[in-house]
Amino acid sequence: MYALIAGGGKVGSGVLRRLLRHGHEVTLIEQRHDRFERLEDEFEHQVVHGDATELYVLERAGIERPPDVVIAVTGDDEDNIVIGQVARERYHVPKVVARVNDPRNQKHFDLLGIGPTVSATQSIMALVEHEVPEHDLVPLLELRNENLEIVEVQIDRDDPCAGKTIERLRLPEGARVISVVRDGRAVIAGDGTELRAGDQVLAILEPGQEDALRKALIKR
Amino acid sequence: MRALVVGCGRVGSSVARRLDALGWDVAVVDEKEEALGRLGESWRGTFLVGHGMDAKLLEQAGVEGADAVVVSTNGDNTNIVVGQVAKQRFEVPLVVVRILDPIRAQFYAQQGMKVVCPTQTAIDQLTDSVLTFADAAGALEEAGR
Repeated sequence: MYALIAGGGKVGSGVLRRLLRHGHEVTLIEQRHDRFERLEDEFEHQVVHGDATELYVLERAGIERPPDVVIAVTGDDEDNIVIGQVARERYHVPKVVARVNDPRNQKHFDLLGIGPTVSATQSIMALVEHEVPEHDLVPLLELRNENLEIVEVQIDRDDPCAGKTIERLRLPEGARVISVVRDGRAVIAGDGTELRAGDQVLAILEPGQEDALRKALIKR
Repeated sequence: MRALVVGCGRVGSSVARRLDALGWDVAVVDEKEEALGRLGESWRGTFLVGHGMDAKLLEQAGVEGADAVVVSTNGDNTNIVVGQVAKQRFEVPLVVVRILDPIRAQFYAQQGMKVVCPTQTAIDQLTDSVLTFADAAGALEEAGR
């Protein structure tokens, strides 16, 4: 695979190191001179100096081949969006992965179709909710393109689903229970699996089915 | 008519003042509070401090229902994104975006964006003046023979 990375901060250089270790061909573009020099010491010709939103810099880095994937991970959301648009529309790069620095900008990425996106704030929030569960659906993974979402929920004693088998739950059409974690062990959920208090339930659903799923599983 | 100007530098502030003087209802957004000074004493419109990427701020500034949005902050990429947000999310009928880099300007113009590129204008005019001068000099030489 050939990958082009825009942005050589901790994220970009980390991704570069990983991809190289897996035997991929990678070029990274970094704008800041001090950072570029440090990266050049480590990665030599795999690093290009310049502004990755300038088309001639992208071309010098080989975007015309085009790469299999462009990874836009600069610290600037506007730049990541522009890099994504230019890569896709002008150079016909098939895949763009972009970083969202300020979660408030997520909507702009979605509006302009730049993604999948990765946001540290979003990931940390999901972890916090996973570690310190409130009694609600916790979004674990959003598969935007596939229009699916994976959520987790902890079952309490007085929830309507406690003591019922999955086939007896009134799950909405667009939702399935995937697995149940009980006493630290996960089992794949079948029709006959009974849900009990203390279970951690993983479910997959289409966006918009959250309320119906909540109603079937938990008391709110 | 109602306009929103994002970026209150030399360009943005002058556009805002002209529209304001013509009786438009104008709101201006800039990151720096000092930028208000550029709008002058006779300014009657609204001025809000904040970043153009902030959709809430754009809403406060009345982007919804505005007739026109002019985007001219000092960042090309900010302008490109804010312009698309104004057009596609808030469905403003006229959105004009300043892009200084001629290559990005050309690319986004091809994508259907209404773009003004002062750099390209300068390049064209400077080149034209040189060529006009060369033509005139050539014609004089020809006549002198």
